[in-house]
Amino acid sequence: MELNNLPKPEGYSDRDLDKKEGDGIESLQQQYKIAIEDPDAWQEEQGSHNFILGSADALINWARSSSVWPVNAGLACCAFEMISAASSRFDISRFGMEIFRPSPRQADLLIVNGTLTWKMAPQLRRIYDQMSEPKWVIAMGSCAISGGLFKNSYAVVPGVNMIVPVDVYVPGCPPRPEALLYGIQMLHKKIKKESTLQKRKQA
Amino acid sequence: MTTALAATEIAAKLEAALAGSTVESNGNTVVVKDAQLLAAASFLKTTAGLDFNYLNYLTVTDYQTHFELVYDLISIEHNHHLIVKTRLTDREKPTVASVVSLWRGADFQEREIYDLFGISFTGHPNLKRIFLWDGFKGYPLRKDYKQ
Repeated sequence: MELNNLPKPEGYSDRDLDKKEGDGIESLQQQYKIAIEDPDAWQEEQGSHNFILGSADALINWARSSSVWPVNAGLACCAFEMISAASSRFDISRFGMEIFRPSPRQADLLIVNGTLTWKMAPQLRRIYDQMSEPKWVIAMGSCAISGGLFKNSYAVVPGVNMIVPVDVYVPGCPPRPEALLYGIQMLHKKIKKESTLQKRKQA
Repeated sequence: MTTALAATEIAAKLEAALAGSTVESNGNTVVVKDAQLLAAASFLKTTAGLDFNYLNYLTVTDYQTHFELVYDLISIEHNHHLIVKTRLTDREKPTVASVVSLWRGADFQEREIYDLFGISFTGHPNLKRIFLWDGFKGYPLRKDYKQ
């Protein structure tokens, strides 16, 4: 209780912090009104790869896809399926992905699993912004894909693609760990088709 | 097994101590007047033989004509149970006394009701939003809430 009574610096009272948080959410709602387009430019690039760079791309993409380090955004019950996928029975480390740490700066893949509320949205966007390029996003489960059951709720973001661009959608409520692993394999395929020179569109 | 006390007997005791405080009573439910809620709650907590020293939960229902607050009380000492209700007819500025001074567990539940139904609790030590963010318009659990 003693700590709570310490004088707060200017602008850091409970009231000020609440207001700041509220303003942040309101501005995010204004900013992200329509879904961000899925990054699928690589599909058009098929067959137009440079002969020399193409070989380099193959090597780089092989390296990238062989150790995609995930950062977990376990927002709801789907997180348990992701945890199962990471543990011994399903064993995500077969894909070089066992480094499951809440450390966005060292991560390549953001796995968003569960219902994203507007109150949580600024934090998710911040995690995405903190990740270094190249980065990919998997939306796991109905809620992350479209808001699912809670799509019409006053508090739920109807799909994380409103906030971050999504590469792979894994449907299910919740998806089984096998489904997540399949989604990860799809992402590997996608990474292998990307061109290093091609700049990813900033969302 | 927790025994449910007969509400009519409790209501008679309440009437004897605080005249005109009860509205009706049936089963295990006593409905008290909103103005005398705190006095009635205090009576239920402190009277020997009743000793309702634990608030199981506090919730509210929107009946459109009025809000009905529900307090589920038990006594750990005597292992008995009572439900106290109170009705608020004002939809613009519903106000009722806070029971945090009696049962500390009411703190977050009153904040939740304040957040989602817009009922303010006088005497609450820290009445502010708990789930929704600052600047959210409307009270989403009211029946007439439109997005």
